[in-house]
Amino acid sequence: MTDQIIRRIWPIAPISLALALITLLMIVVGANPLTVYQALFDGSFGGREQSLSTLAFWVPLLLCSTGLLVTFTAGLWNIGVEGQMIAGSLGASAVALMVAKPNPSIPGWVILPLAIVVAMLSGALWAALAAILKTRGRIHEIFGGVALNNLAAIATIYLISGPWQPPEGGSLRGTVPFPTQALFPLMGTSRFSPLSLILALVALVLVALALRGTFWGLKLKAQGKNLRSAFLLGVPSEREAINAMMVCGALAGLAGAVRVLSWFDSLRQSISGGIGFLAILVVLLAGTRPLWTLLIGLFFSALLNGGTFVHSRVQLHSSLSGLIQGTLVLFVLLLGDYTRIFRRKKTVMEAISDHE
Amino acid sequence: MRVELQDIQKIFDQVRANDGISLVLEPGRIYGLLGENGAGKSTLMKILSGYQQPTNGTIRLDGQDTSFSSPSDALCRGIGMLYQDPLDFPALPAVENYQLAYQDNLLLDLKSGAEHLRAYGQRFGFAIDPHAYIDTLTLGERQQAELIRLLSLGAEVLILDEPTTGISAEQKEVLFNTMRHLAHDEQKIIILVSHKLEEVQQLCDEVVVLRQGKLMGTRSMPSPTSELVRLMFGGEIARAQKQLFESGRCVLKMEHVTVRSEDLTIQDISLTIREGEVLGLAGLEGSGQQVLLQACAGLLPSSAGKILLDDATVKGKHSGFYWIARLAPGVFAIVIVWLLIRLFGGHIAGLDFAGGAAISLLISGLIWLIGTILVAWTDQSPYHAFQQRGGAYVPAGRLEEGLIPGLTISEHMALAAPTHTFVVDWEQIRSQTVDRIQRYNIVGQPETLVDGLSGGNQQRAMIAFLNQPLRLLLLEHPTRGLDVTSTNWIWELFQERRREGTAIIFTSADLDELLEQSDRIAVFSGGVMSRILNAGETSVDELGHLIGGQEL
Repeated sequence: MTDQIIRRIWPIAPISLALALITLLMIVVGANPLTVYQALFDGSFGGREQSLSTLAFWVPLLLCSTGLLVTFTAGLWNIGVEGQMIAGSLGASAVALMVAKPNPSIPGWVILPLAIVVAMLSGALWAALAAILKTRGRIHEIFGGVALNNLAAIATIYLISGPWQPPEGGSLRGTVPFPTQALFPLMGTSRFSPLSLILALVALVLVALALRGTFWGLKLKAQGKNLRSAFLLGVPSEREAINAMMVCGALAGLAGAVRVLSWFDSLRQSISGGIGFLAILVVLLAGTRPLWTLLIGLFFSALLNGGTFVHSRVQLHSSLSGLIQGTLVLFVLLLGDYTRIFRRKKTVMEAISDHE
Repeated sequence: MRVELQDIQKIFDQVRANDGISLVLEPGRIYGLLGENGAGKSTLMKILSGYQQPTNGTIRLDGQDTSFSSPSDALCRGIGMLYQDPLDFPALPAVENYQLAYQDNLLLDLKSGAEHLRAYGQRFGFAIDPHAYIDTLTLGERQQAELIRLLSLGAEVLILDEPTTGISAEQKEVLFNTMRHLAHDEQKIIILVSHKLEEVQQLCDEVVVLRQGKLMGTRSMPSPTSELVRLMFGGEIARAQKQLFESGRCVLKMEHVTVRSEDLTIQDISLTIREGEVLGLAGLEGSGQQVLLQACAGLLPSSAGKILLDDATVKGKHSGFYWIARLAPGVFAIVIVWLLIRLFGGHIAGLDFAGGAAISLLISGLIWLIGTILVAWTDQSPYHAFQQRGGAYVPAGRLEEGLIPGLTISEHMALAAPTHTFVVDWEQIRSQTVDRIQRYNIVGQPETLVDGLSGGNQQRAMIAFLNQPLRLLLLEHPTRGLDVTSTNWIWELFQERRREGTAIIFTSADLDELLEQSDRIAVFSGGVMSRILNAGETSVDELGHLIGGQEL
């Protein structure tokens, strides 16, 4: 019983260890850890503006991690989530620039859903490409994903500096601002849109239910744990691999739309901001459990948002957040797998015989 | 050196792989170790060579109690094993591979290593080029190189595990002469682990026979073959003549089928199985029985011939959307041609050539992608078509192929069920699972993870997941690891199925089981299938010979 409880709250362990180490580091460099953490908190949840900014950052992260829950369950390492997000933002930008801008009379309730659907489709197709490279081309999804990430980034740069260049001339900063009817309705002057948060939460609940209760979820779980047995028990593995990737791609695409249509108001060069990779870390840390994915995602966006505030308050460099994040990754990789740590250690010879 | 094994026992969760084996091995003699698969030969040799520790019992070398912590420890004390797959490094030249044995030397002395190899080679008539890479050598030559390594490290006892599999007749002659020389002139102990009675009779001075983990006896050679076969497989059992199912409809028909798998090709197989018939496949592991089953199930493609299940080929469904993916290059070509015409027609407006080509490339890529997704969605693999037509395949690897570690028994039931609902009805699945658990006598709850079950229970679980009714049931070692009572129970359930008209093909290492349960038996040896024997008219003796590759 206690074992169950420890297993359940285990993700806290690497986080607290990482924070302890960081605290020690702050003391060594002569900063007061309490002030720093206070600044981090103030920077992320200290006021309305900060809180909304944290939430706005959290939404795409949540969407990507939700998608990754599906692929990780199916045993796929969808590193390409970053590229799928970029593909989504390209799709959304295309709708904003090529449909909304020339036709200002089309109302927002048509344009925005259209942009979202196109973004999700682009993300899903980009993901399907990685899946098909895997199932038909025997290219591991990690390598395919990395290549497609680069291609998506290159496509962004090409579009910004080429066809979608602002009229005042070529810069690599971004396109012209999108017309407002194509954007998410924002809260006040912040970059946070409650609609996007609702979409993300609905997606998370749906995915959690699908993975728990539906036959599709069971198939993915089976396939993720043993592809060959699952196939022999009747799971059409190619189809399910493509489906899992496409669901993840669609959610990442939606995240991309949220990035261009609410965080920014135009297509920028590094549109994804590394959120896809961060999402992989979040899901790994959460051990593919939906509730933990939600909480850990929020923790990370607070951390990253608070980082900039630390600089102005205590004169510590804002890369502190990155430092904490990096330390966390190390500790998660070291201690994240509860069962691996507490399993009886095997002797070398036993391990060899097992291997046979 | 004199080796004594006293009361050696090795227990792997409930299975007694070795059960109280006591042996004395005298220097200067060649011993043959005989026994069917699973008789405990490999376990005993792994214990003697330090690869595994016995659960109980002692090893004495020259009267002194010894225990080995690892194979290299055993080798230090003079016991060396030559594995069926040589434990060498294919990417290294022979001499470097040889020098790896001398890890205490700081410098790599390739010169003396090469001399060693040559000197030993000359002594025994081996011809190994010290600078040839291991992966360019034949299996026989790799074996020789290994042998030299073991001898140079001072092996007094040499264990050879199936050494003649995959080597040429000439190499076999050289190997056997070397063994005779090492034993009779240099007073070493040679242990030959083999299934091949002929070779054992050729080479050995004494034969030790194991069966089901127990020592059945030792015989000085020469000894009649029938005597050895009787020890290996147990006494002759009188069997009732079985009714043959000539009247039922034909379920499976194979016509001159050739199947290539990674390491084995079975050729020109023809057979017919009728409703309610049981065909047993005998043979050593990896002689082609598994390849046959997998070909029937549509898991391996046949390169020639026909496999008909209920008069129709076992093949997957190919999607009708195939043409969409094929459309893509056509679209691309048409747009390029159109662009070329515009380019040379002098009338260039709007898109330039490169832009047009890029866009047409993009469009055709998109068409290809969508087409391929549709194809993947609608394709059905031959194996799943086989399942849909009432076939089932139960593989030998329990946690590797049959079951999914980390999933519960209920979850397996839900996966294996013939029909599925979008939202899984866990109540119903659970009650079904409880039924099956009772019926198949599985020690576990519906919520038990399959990897938490013992081997025998996993085996019963795999059989419990089979659906009713079936046309054709393919089983690999259906009762391996089960005790007698469970085995009988499982076969009773199979008999029930055959009364319903299910045809069964199964493989087994247990010749008694094959003779008792099958109507007809086919024996595989090195990818070649024997003529099909009527189970009532054959004997353990005949099967034993066919398994060893001897035609009677």
